[in-house]
Amino acid sequence: MGIEFLQIMKSEMILTLIIFILLFLKVWDGIKSHKALLNITNFLLFINLAVGLCCNTDGELFSGMFHSNSTLIMEKAILNLGTFIISLMAFDWLSNHKHLLEFYILLLCTLLGMDFMISSGNFLMFYLGLELSSIPLAALCNYDLHKLKSSEAGVKMILSSAFASCILLFGISMLYGTTGTLNFKEMAPLLTFNKLQVLAFIFAFSGFAFKLSAVPFHLWTADVYEGSPAPVTAYLSVISKGSIVFIFITAMFQLFQSYNAMWYNMLYLTILLTITIGNLFAIRQDNIKRFLAFSSIAQVGYILLGISSGTAMGASAAIFFLVVYTFSNLGAFGVISLVSAKTGKENITDFKGFYTHNKFASWVMAICLFSLGGIPPTAGFFGKMFLVTAGASRGSYLLISIAVMNMVISLFYYLRVIKAIFIDENPHPISNLKGSPSLRLALVLCIVGAITMGFASGLFEYINVTLTGK
Amino acid sequence: MINLSILLIIPLVTAVLVMLCRNNTQVRMTALLGSIAQLGYSSLIMFDYISQRATGNTTQMLYQQQYSWFSRLNIEYYVGADGISVAMIMLTAVVVMSGILISWNITKWTKEFFFLIILLSLGAYGFFISLDLFTMFFFLEVAVIPKFLLIGIWGSGKKEYSAMKLAVMLMGGSALVLIGLLGLYFNSDMGHGVHTFNLLAISKMHIPLESQLIIFPLMFFGFGVFTAIFPFHTWAPDGHSSAPTAASMFLAGISMKLGGYGCLRVAAFLMPEAAHHYSWIIILASTIAIIYGAFATLMQTDLKYINAYSSLSHCGFVLFGIGMLTKTSLNGAVMQMVSHGLMTALFFAAIGMIYERTHTRQIAQLGGLLKTIPFIITVFVIAGLCSLGLPGLSGFAAEMTVFMGSWQNPDCNYRLATILACASIVVTAVYILRAVGSTGMGPIKNPDFLTFKDASWNEKLASATLIICILAIGMAPFWLTNLISPDTQIIMDNIGRVAIGK
Repeated sequence: MGIEFLQIMKSEMILTLIIFILLFLKVWDGIKSHKALLNITNFLLFINLAVGLCCNTDGELFSGMFHSNSTLIMEKAILNLGTFIISLMAFDWLSNHKHLLEFYILLLCTLLGMDFMISSGNFLMFYLGLELSSIPLAALCNYDLHKLKSSEAGVKMILSSAFASCILLFGISMLYGTTGTLNFKEMAPLLTFNKLQVLAFIFAFSGFAFKLSAVPFHLWTADVYEGSPAPVTAYLSVISKGSIVFIFITAMFQLFQSYNAMWYNMLYLTILLTITIGNLFAIRQDNIKRFLAFSSIAQVGYILLGISSGTAMGASAAIFFLVVYTFSNLGAFGVISLVSAKTGKENITDFKGFYTHNKFASWVMAICLFSLGGIPPTAGFFGKMFLVTAGASRGSYLLISIAVMNMVISLFYYLRVIKAIFIDENPHPISNLKGSPSLRLALVLCIVGAITMGFASGLFEYINVTLTGK
Repeated sequence: MINLSILLIIPLVTAVLVMLCRNNTQVRMTALLGSIAQLGYSSLIMFDYISQRATGNTTQMLYQQQYSWFSRLNIEYYVGADGISVAMIMLTAVVVMSGILISWNITKWTKEFFFLIILLSLGAYGFFISLDLFTMFFFLEVAVIPKFLLIGIWGSGKKEYSAMKLAVMLMGGSALVLIGLLGLYFNSDMGHGVHTFNLLAISKMHIPLESQLIIFPLMFFGFGVFTAIFPFHTWAPDGHSSAPTAASMFLAGISMKLGGYGCLRVAAFLMPEAAHHYSWIIILASTIAIIYGAFATLMQTDLKYINAYSSLSHCGFVLFGIGMLTKTSLNGAVMQMVSHGLMTALFFAAIGMIYERTHTRQIAQLGGLLKTIPFIITVFVIAGLCSLGLPGLSGFAAEMTVFMGSWQNPDCNYRLATILACASIVVTAVYILRAVGSTGMGPIKNPDFLTFKDASWNEKLASATLIICILAIGMAPFWLTNLISPDTQIIMDNIGRVAIGK
């Protein structure tokens, strides 16, 4: 204990500290200027990000309930980075919003929950983290209080996550009943093909699939994404989803390793449905946030494809893709937040002729969408390639063919947006939008990340080293 | 000392500089200088390559550079060049430079236009020098998406439709290639279960026949989509005719060659047994393309559609040559790639110059232009004659080699296909002469034609460069044959390891 305790729980400690600082700022009420508050928060988040990258210690706490190692630290760093970028791009929206600090307090609570969830070595800690990360999210979805759609999103979010938690909890309780422990390490060797355990596994799997919005548990996604404010949608699609992917990898690779052959078949079906249905529905969307919701469902399918390999290579491909996805998706959402904060327009048709007056923002959008579509030289190409390569290692040509052909479909709808921005004519295009410096910084970060991350082979190797230990 | 990476660095630097330019003149000059530098360096590579071969260097790939990139997956940045690559690099350099000269007067978003053209050329250069399948695929895809924007933004006619069709079909092709690529990767074995994307290493391995039989069609038809193989050719006519001149030149001149090169270098070279096994399908598809393309051209009334459909027919010869699997026919296929690249670029350049003045490409509305713009029409005639295979121009040398090589294949049905393919040349003569005649000769249809100015310096320079290359190959085809034949020999040796014939 003592200093080591602080080191192992470093990211959680820092986050808690920041939450308290923000609470004090709220209570003190001394700084009236929204811009100053936002800058302070962004600075704090930057410190959070920076501290996350240094002085790391591996170890276990509370008799295995909480553990930390270099993979987990890296995963937390990815979440911190994403949160920092989202905070930067929320500047324009929040500087006109009445409730500012509450937004960050809720947001950071969910991030804290995710950190606990990723680090958990025990179902109790895991469930605690999961709930801490999902309940405040419903409040965030409902943050544009005057908008009906936003309230609808909040209600749908809370109901669906409660439902998912129930299913997950049911599974967990059955696992506890058959093994008598909640600790991952102790439970893993006790898992046999006992029918109750298999049922428990299926429940747990469905709970995860719900949170990941994999088909057929995806129905809540589009409505929630559409109704929430753009930065919250970005947070949902990148950070929230990312954290679930991380814990999903841990669960599948460590806890349920003995069910490997079974979860491959379940994933197989889930992947086919998720990728195909996500893509087909994305084609028909007019609202750009709904559009990105379906596209992100399809992206989850590709992440699961990597995970389905069951190898460290697949897990590293999935984590690497999440880094790429963070930059690309946030870049796209950054542009959408800018447009939505300044003009309130959120339809693809509103983007017609966008390039005429907004050259930089259009390029950001184009590059990020290309990256999401897996077009080189953007990073998304590498991310998708590694996922597909990992997925192919199990030798199913059918799965890979369908996944790859779906990349063509996805390209079609990404190109539809590109076409609206660059090619379509519009007598009254959106005028030149001048975002705040911090929003522009966010866009620059995203575009740099979306281009360079693919060439940074070091990152991929590092992820692989932390996972394999060699 | 030659460093192949410079071929990638020059376009990259040019592209960055273009984005930094302040005005249109600077943009054009930067792009032009960049492409001239690239042409210069490519020529240097060609001369050095010839002299190295002359001094007895028999390594398969010269100027190799190999760096580990993603070592965990055995992905390397691995480049090298043989005679075929050198020929294709030269072709790309010439076509890109002429394309930039032809688009001198683009005024809408000049900077973006030249940036995209240079990005395209970067993809092509990278593709032709890659020896690692992953990097090769990377560059192949780099050369797809800029076309969407080029056609969609600067194109004419039903440009949105054509651009989308082209992008989706080409990406579909590359998706097939990707599946094949993964198949090759997981069938390669470097020992201890380590796989590789290394092209030369895979060529020395024996890919199991049953895997070859799955992977080869994916690869061949995947690359074939780029070459507009029948029945995946439908993107080509729309794409070519909607694209702006420089993009058409690039599309028909280089992009379609990416497919031919891939079919030869990846599909046929790495999977010789499957190549034998499936050669009848290749011959069938390419014979249909040749004949169907020729007859479809007869029905066209738009100059660009004429050249687009005739490209279909001419690119059929490339696949035809590959499918015949004799050394001479492979030589012919490569020569046809180079020749068609130059000829079609010239053709599109001439059509572009005519369209810029008349604002129509309908043959019925044109006539008598030889009297008002003699230079442009002369260029047009030369391109046409090359297309119909007049001796002395490159088309004749290439097609002749393909036919000679094809006849060497003793199979009766293959000979029938050769005869049919030969016969298509007659059809070619009909549509070319008709197009040339009704555009250039006859009375001047429209009094506005009298006000036209003949080609400007940039147009003259672009046309002259292409014509010189066409004449050089036509008059002295042996230097091109000598350049490529040691390497087609290597490919043939690989194919020859399995029994010749069916």
